[in-house]
Amino acid sequence: MIDKKAIEHIAKLARLHVSGEEAEQFSQQLSKALGYFEQISKVETKGIEPLVTPSDMEVFWREDISIKELSAEELVANAPEKVGNLFKVPPVV
Amino acid sequence: MSSNQAPTYYRGYEAIIGLEIHAQLKTESKMFCSDATTFDAGDNENTSPVSIGMPGTLPVVNKRAIEFSIKTGLALNCEIRKKSVFSRKNYFYPDLPKGYQISQYDEPLCEHGEIKFNVGDKDNKYEKTVSITRAHMEEDAGKSNHFGEYTLINYNRSGMPLLEIVSGPDMRTPQEAAEYARTVRSVLRYLDVCDGNLDEGSLRCDCNISVRKIGAPKFGTKVEIKNINSFRFVEKAIEYEIDRQIDAVEAGEKIPQETRLYDPDKNRTFSMRLKEDAQDYRYFPDPDLMPVIVTPEMIEKFRKELPELPIARAQRFVTEHGLPEYDALVLTAEKELSEYFEVVAKTCKNSKAASNWVMTELLRELNQAEKAISQSPIKPEQLGQLIALIDKGTISGKIAKTVFSEMWTTSKDPEVVVKEKGLLQISDTGAIEKIIDEVLAANTAQVADYRGGRTKLFGFFVGAVMKASKGQANPDLVNQMLTDKLNKPA
Repeated sequence: MIDKKAIEHIAKLARLHVSGEEAEQFSQQLSKALGYFEQISKVETKGIEPLVTPSDMEVFWREDISIKELSAEELVANAPEKVGNLFKVPPVV
Repeated sequence: MSSNQAPTYYRGYEAIIGLEIHAQLKTESKMFCSDATTFDAGDNENTSPVSIGMPGTLPVVNKRAIEFSIKTGLALNCEIRKKSVFSRKNYFYPDLPKGYQISQYDEPLCEHGEIKFNVGDKDNKYEKTVSITRAHMEEDAGKSNHFGEYTLINYNRSGMPLLEIVSGPDMRTPQEAAEYARTVRSVLRYLDVCDGNLDEGSLRCDCNISVRKIGAPKFGTKVEIKNINSFRFVEKAIEYEIDRQIDAVEAGEKIPQETRLYDPDKNRTFSMRLKEDAQDYRYFPDPDLMPVIVTPEMIEKFRKELPELPIARAQRFVTEHGLPEYDALVLTAEKELSEYFEVVAKTCKNSKAASNWVMTELLRELNQAEKAISQSPIKPEQLGQLIALIDKGTISGKIAKTVFSEMWTTSKDPEVVVKEKGLLQISDTGAIEKIIDEVLAANTAQVADYRGGRTKLFGFFVGAVMKASKGQANPDLVNQMLTDKLNKPA
């Protein structure tokens, strides 16, 4: 089940800050939600192919043509921080 | 060519090497959106809401990227999966704006292939077969530049179509690994699906290496060396890593599972990150993309469109051009070189001479000038014409070398060089006789010695006559006339 440790692991992977109190709270809430869905695992699935997509549609192909709709200036316009046309983010190494 | 190479061991250990090659496919647009793929674009010039990960955008598969991947799979003797699936590989890093990379996980497009190549030099080579575990499509991430207090990100590379080609753990020496990588690059370039440029990162190579005591049943812990940007460095990095790992095991240390980087200046590898906390990528099928369905008709169409590949071309060079196997392999290693050779051979109708001139004179100059064959100042037709001039007796083989260097510096046609420099071969017997008489008259002592039995001096006379004619005398005529004159009683 989803214990406090699992919540902390998921939070770390998602780069979210979760306090000890919150982790406790979320573990109870998520355990409840997941417990409900656990019922699905009781369904007999022997001999059934894993479902990748619920629709029968096949992939839609695109021709290999380059199209430019927005300028670099427009694409970085909403960045909280930038240098020229580059996105600026906190240090990652 | 022997196919059973004796195993190579290092201080009682065996090295197990596998390679992951990321080939950037030569499409006009990206894998899942229409951004251009030009290398020299300005910062974030080749981006769009899809490639910078704006919420609500949807990926659409590039048809040509699939075609290129299938063709590569076929050339690597892979099975092509009729239905393959794109998955999300989830991890957080700023160069991956969506928070996941679209890749293929348990249902890759290409699987179970193999490739054969030769390892070793002219006198000691063997054929090696390496299995291709899989080749799957994925998108590239953006490029980060780190500046200490901050990092700058360019998403031009984000979403570039990649084919990741994963070999089996089948290589046992650094040479085999480097040769495998060269062969894959050559195949990609023959297929014209990847430009194979290691400097620009359109081909990237990760090596997995472990060592084990001879006869040990299990592989040792593998270490990954990432992003090595030349095949020579692949060899050197693996050499270093094998030694390092054996040292560690001998010293009783445990090899940690980690990613290392190779520093070519120091010729050593160093740890980049430990892989101990198992990467938790939480792969799952990307709900934004439908499965890729490949019909048998598509596969057959692509198979028919496959060009002649390096091994087949080398075999044809042996049978059609009568070249030795080694020459055929050298000439077909690069697509452009093989095409250059064929034009030369066609122009002069003398394959053996064409092969000699390309392999010795031309490759030497290209290597010295660090030029690619496409940058050769001598066009293949011109080199063919030069060889034809020798074969017609217009110039001697020796003069041809002078003409060649003049062509190399000026890019002029050989006929023009010969005319301008007055290098026509002298085949006029009267003129040659005059030179011979002068040489004999100037060296009466040697003539007497020769006639007294020192026949070894013959070469001296040939040399002197050739020198006096500035190398232009027809050597066959010189030989014949000198023999006549020297053996005639005085």
